Amino acid sequence: MKLLLKGARVVDPTSGIDGIRDVLVDGDRISRVDTSIPAEAAAGACIVELGSSLVVVPGLIDMHVHLREPGYEHKETVATGTASAVAGGFTAVACMPNTNPVNDNASVTRFILKQAAAANLARVYPIGAVSNGSNGEHLAEIADMREAGCVAFSDDGRPVATAALMRRALEYAGMFDMPIIDHCEDRSLAGEGVAHEGFHAAQLGLRGIPAAAEDVMVDRDIVLAHATGGHVHIAHVSTAGAVRAVHTGKSRGARVTCEVTPHHFTLCDERLRAPLIYDTNLKMNPPLRGSTDRDALLAGIRDGSIDVIATDHAPHHADDKRVEFDRASFGIVGLETAVSLSFDRLVHAGIIGLGRLVELLSVNPARILKVPGGRIAPGDAADITILAPDLPVTVAGATFRSRARNTPFDGWSLRGGVAATVVGGRVVFANAAVPQVAGLERRET
Amino acid sequence: MSETASRLRGKDLLGIADLDVSEINLILDTAEAMKEVASRPIKKVPTLRGKTVINLFFEPSTRTRTSFEIAEKRLSADTLNIAIAMSSVVKGETLIDTALNLEAIAPAIMVVRHASSGACHLLARTCRAGIVNAGDGTHEHPTQGLLDAFTIRERKGRIAGLKIAIVGDLLHSRVFRSNILLLTKLGADIWACGPPTLMPPGLDRLGVHATTRVDEAVDGADAIMMLRIQLERMQGGFFPSLREYFTVFGMTPERVRLAKPDAIIMHPGPMNRGVEIASEVADGPASVILDQVTNGVAVRMAVLYLLAGGGENEVAA
Amino acid sequence: MPIVMDADRVSRSLTRIAHEIVEHNLGVDHVALVGVRTRGVPIARRLASLLLTITGREVPGGALDITLYRDDLMKHAVGPQPIVRRTEIPFSLDDRHIVLVDDVLFTGRTIRAALDALIDFGRPRTIQLVVLVDRGHRELPIKADYVGKNLPTSLAETVRVRLAETDGIDEVSIERAEGDQA
Repeated sequence: MKLLLKGARVVDPTSGIDGIRDVLVDGDRISRVDTSIPAEAAAGACIVELGSSLVVVPGLIDMHVHLREPGYEHKETVATGTASAVAGGFTAVACMPNTNPVNDNASVTRFILKQAAAANLARVYPIGAVSNGSNGEHLAEIADMREAGCVAFSDDGRPVATAALMRRALEYAGMFDMPIIDHCEDRSLAGEGVAHEGFHAAQLGLRGIPAAAEDVMVDRDIVLAHATGGHVHIAHVSTAGAVRAVHTGKSRGARVTCEVTPHHFTLCDERLRAPLIYDTNLKMNPPLRGSTDRDALLAGIRDGSIDVIATDHAPHHADDKRVEFDRASFGIVGLETAVSLSFDRLVHAGIIGLGRLVELLSVNPARILKVPGGRIAPGDAADITILAPDLPVTVAGATFRSRARNTPFDGWSLRGGVAATVVGGRVVFANAAVPQVAGLERRET
Repeated sequence: MSETASRLRGKDLLGIADLDVSEINLILDTAEAMKEVASRPIKKVPTLRGKTVINLFFEPSTRTRTSFEIAEKRLSADTLNIAIAMSSVVKGETLIDTALNLEAIAPAIMVVRHASSGACHLLARTCRAGIVNAGDGTHEHPTQGLLDAFTIRERKGRIAGLKIAIVGDLLHSRVFRSNILLLTKLGADIWACGPPTLMPPGLDRLGVHATTRVDEAVDGADAIMMLRIQLERMQGGFFPSLREYFTVFGMTPERVRLAKPDAIIMHPGPMNRGVEIASEVADGPASVILDQVTNGVAVRMAVLYLLAGGGENEVAA
Repeated sequence: MPIVMDADRVSRSLTRIAHEIVEHNLGVDHVALVGVRTRGVPIARRLASLLLTITGREVPGGALDITLYRDDLMKHAVGPQPIVRRTEIPFSLDDRHIVLVDDVLFTGRTIRAALDALIDFGRPRTIQLVVLVDRGHRELPIKADYVGKNLPTSLAETVRVRLAETDGIDEVSIERAEGDQA
């Protein structure tokens, strides 16, 4: 099966390409990338005239996603989660281990991969737990999980409980040069907080999670990364202090990387009061912070302190959100809004260019997880995302491929979206609103 | 001089944050007339006759609940008291399901007290009945704020320009929040005082002076409002002991002398004698604590009348 | 805007009514005046003053706010919801001849509400009714004992009473089609 993508702007910073190119896909590989590939060279190929208004980039990778299977299938499954991923332009996702049972052993890892293969949409890279049951006590079977297919380790949902455990994890995983991903939250400082500790939470009578709860643990992890030579990746940074610490840590030679979510670089805590006061779709951990924190995140995205945009896609059943704020589950979905928010709030806002966006959403995640991707070169797996930077998008939760609808962005008008997603040479998603690719979607079982 | 609205917007009273000065004046003026009903031999008017009001309390409360109940009965409403023990551990029926089930008997109003901030907002969005917030978590307690303002206005003739000291656990107090919103809207000069561990952020943004020194707060004050200290706060490590709290922040006769000679002492109740307030102060001539209770009934009658007495809030049976 | 009673006419009507009260009650023993807010109150005060002149006796007076006793039909009748004001009746109603005083008698619903309120205050021996203007169109079986002027009107008309105490001038006029007065 051949696919010839003609006339789009190809942005591939790894190969140094930013210009109009044709891309020829043969089977599951990239075959050629050239300024012009004649139809004769692509005998029997399905020819798609994309045109210069569309952008072809290496497949996007979301390295922080909750697929909820096994155990929470009423919220999401690997099948619905990967369908949501490809609709959001992602060719691969890395999924967190806080399932039920927790992914702290090879069997659960293999189960997740089996489900992913059956769904046959986005690639799934499981992240294994750092400790058994993510209980923060004993190191989990990291080597075994790696063998089964895990690409990194985290106790996400929770922080890596103690400095001692973090140190051992960094040392042990360092044996395989794999990162420990930490959800940085000092529980004694966070207490029973449900929102960012600040003026707005106080006005609403909501218990606060202070910025310090994140900052003290980011500092801890960077010190330990220095001390062990291991690689720590800070999940969902949300505070100015965390960005600053990562920046300093990098400059001092620590192996630290970090990611930011689209909701953190778009929203801040004043939104809790209006337009929909106490909206539980604004409740997540780490919480939406103040506007100075949000501005620091944008600066970090621009100056390279922040390496990755990852959604922390956290699907929840409506029952878990249609309750008092205190009781509502933490988290929102993000796979199907990430690209539009990134275009609208970063690229079109003039904060970064397309090349940097590709680094944040493809190149860097691939590099950190050491998985294929981040490049469109002959011989590479044909994981491609076709973007439509000027497509007007109105977010419609009701049409999400995800099982869950918990998004604060419903009804938002954004500029920029996904035209099509290609995984291993197969078009797994094509946006009916983009005429150049409408109907291209094909499912091969 | 300031305007008085002719009606309240909306079907609910969720917080002082949603009221403007003209609506506050309407409630306080109406409460004056309601207070007179309490002095009649037959303490009843037929205004809410045939209307059902449900007191839905998820947190135990004798004082506020009985105050609302008397107010409802004086307006001839049919009242229903429902007390639900909600534990954060036991899940049971959701808040929304509980309320929607009660809507089946077509109440005009539900008076709701709940441990979670924002619970009343959630109900107001989902229910047709008018929701009156009787205290939601640490967010607001609007009828308490209104009765406090009524009491101050009754004793002092005005609120604008008065120096009012509020002392206690400011961080967790919904009474505090409602009071500062209300009293600043009416032009009072608020001095908030408490331990730094219990001081909410951003008070200056609300035009409130914040201090950890009680003497500074009560110096020359026209009114002193003491807030309740809860025992759990001590267990949360916010301050070392009740004894130390009383020494540093307690309202003693010596501290009261720093205020104006005709200053009034207020407390939303129930009091912890010897913790936030000395008995001599609570029982002294300057104390208006019992007036607050009387005024509470009048203010609640006014709120219920303005929300449900007009006929517009009739829930179709 | 035809004026149906000028200041002079109002004054003479009230004088006549005061005499009628004395005549009907054989003096003013046990008589008390209760004005219905808002304009019934100044009229009641004037009557008290006239009765003092005629009999040399002080007749007790009070003010009644009937807002909390209104019925559903009345609520839609008036414009913006009136503010509830205090009722002030500083004397016992028991065994008295209570003379209710209002400016306009129309559907009768205000007076019905006033009767409900008075009964909650005590047990008067009789309740009598003074109105400055009776404009007809009764919806309840209520009648006035003392009337300043009978004024046949159509439902499209509004009767407007102005008093010196509240409006700066004594005058009763008829206006067309502005909305009804109870």
